[in-house]
Amino acid sequence: MTISPELTRRLVRGSLTLVVLAAIYEAVARAGFFPPALMPPLSVVAGTLYASFADGTMPLHALYTMKRVLIGGSLAVAVGLPLGIAMARFRPVEHFVMPLVSALMPIPSLAWVPVFILWFGLGDTVAIAIVFYAATFPMLLNTWTGVRSVNPLWLRAAGAMGADERALFWKVMIPAASPFIITGMRQAFLRAWIAVVGAEMLAASNWGLGWVIFDAKEFLNTDVMLVSLAVIGAIGLVFERLVFGSLERTTVLRWGMVRATKG
Amino acid sequence: MYDTLTAPTDSLSPAAPTRADGEPLWRVFARTLFPFVVVGGIWEVVARLGIFPAQLFPTIEQVAATFVHLTITGILPHHALDTAVRLLAGFALAGVVGVAIGLLMGRSRLAEDILIAPVSIVAPIPGIAYAPLFLLWFGLGNVSAVLLVGFVSAFPIIFNTWTGVKAVKEIWIRSAEAMGADQRRLFVKVILPGALPYILTGLRLGLAQAWRILVGVEMLAAVPWGLGWLIFGAREFLATDVMLAGIVVIAVVGLALEKFVFQRLEAYTVVRWGMMT
Repeated sequence: MTISPELTRRLVRGSLTLVVLAAIYEAVARAGFFPPALMPPLSVVAGTLYASFADGTMPLHALYTMKRVLIGGSLAVAVGLPLGIAMARFRPVEHFVMPLVSALMPIPSLAWVPVFILWFGLGDTVAIAIVFYAATFPMLLNTWTGVRSVNPLWLRAAGAMGADERALFWKVMIPAASPFIITGMRQAFLRAWIAVVGAEMLAASNWGLGWVIFDAKEFLNTDVMLVSLAVIGAIGLVFERLVFGSLERTTVLRWGMVRATKG
Repeated sequence: MYDTLTAPTDSLSPAAPTRADGEPLWRVFARTLFPFVVVGGIWEVVARLGIFPAQLFPTIEQVAATFVHLTITGILPHHALDTAVRLLAGFALAGVVGVAIGLLMGRSRLAEDILIAPVSIVAPIPGIAYAPLFLLWFGLGNVSAVLLVGFVSAFPIIFNTWTGVKAVKEIWIRSAEAMGADQRRLFVKVILPGALPYILTGLRLGLAQAWRILVGVEMLAAVPWGLGWLIFGAREFLATDVMLAGIVVIAVVGLALEKFVFQRLEAYTVVRWGMMT
């Protein structure tokens, strides 16, 4: 990538904005209009960030959160993917599942938190169940759309060239649907990431990034809150860009299923 | 950037069951109802077998009775109304601010360069994570809830409006200018309608986002009324039937938002103007 004057201008203006914003925040925080407990100066936030990483608590919280997302997300893929394929292939399955999905979809996953707390007790299970609920629908619907939108010409061509059912499925249908499936995974992760934070706040369990934020409120530790907000944002961004980005590059982009537009 | 894949999942609900060719209406109705009957039957059997305590796993009659009772006494409508008002207030805030910022970013290069950095830092953090911060800064209650809902749902609106304005064809702008349109007319007659499909998508995503976050926020913000608070408060009394009745209302409101607000709006504007099929 060559650095064009346009890009330089953007970078300069962008970083200038951030510096100015930080300076304004710092000035307001130090001027003492608001109690420092509610608006800690950036230096304090940075200190807390360092301290929480140095004593290993923040990574541990992040690990707990990740664990819940991974278990719940894997369950969602394990259910949503086959079910989505079955829905696209078999009419009766679609007719049975679709009305249920339409009824459940508009219910925000967090609405289930109190019910799940009663059913499963406080702790890991609630968070995992909520993640599962949040992540299943995008997975299911994208897979369904993807398999349905496979070009029928490809299926016929493969059939004419003597592909049997199994080959047709693995060599044509799955690769053709994969852009949608990956989009589904990406959306499922984003949903799961929101759901897990909310579930951790409401179903307190001593560990997890959502719990840290909520707990910090009780003690007016705004610095801790800001730090975990940053960690939550950073992990989300890393997953979104690196994990799903590279998944896309090694599969659908390489297979030429999606054109990368260079701009 | 990749060619965008259109996936239906960002709306509140997927497509309603459609009629296959020549299928009589009663059959569509029956097959849509059938899964609910099956799931309801299984639920009922499990509830009656008494594997789980009745308080945690109430029968459907019990939930229905609670629903009717809460509706007649006016408790459920009051909760629903408060939630709806909060949703509308937050969403209106997000709509006005989001579209304004999006238009500004789309039209002015300076605004774009300045705003893009803070927006792209703040946007990817899940909205609910801001809740405790808002509660500390703005106190428990309505102000925090509405501000947070507005804050969170503004981002999809900003991004989509911005993209929409940038996606207006250069040639439309130039031809309008050549025909002597001034800045105001250019904006009202060309840029706004051109960007409208995107803006509507943004509003739709924003509303979905607002809805998803609001229920959680109501649980955290200790508001006196609201569906989120209703189901969260019912936890203290092990009133699973109240929770499920609340969830039914939440589902109905969510479906109604999609069917009666956005599908209509879309049909009346962009589809009729031929901007979108």
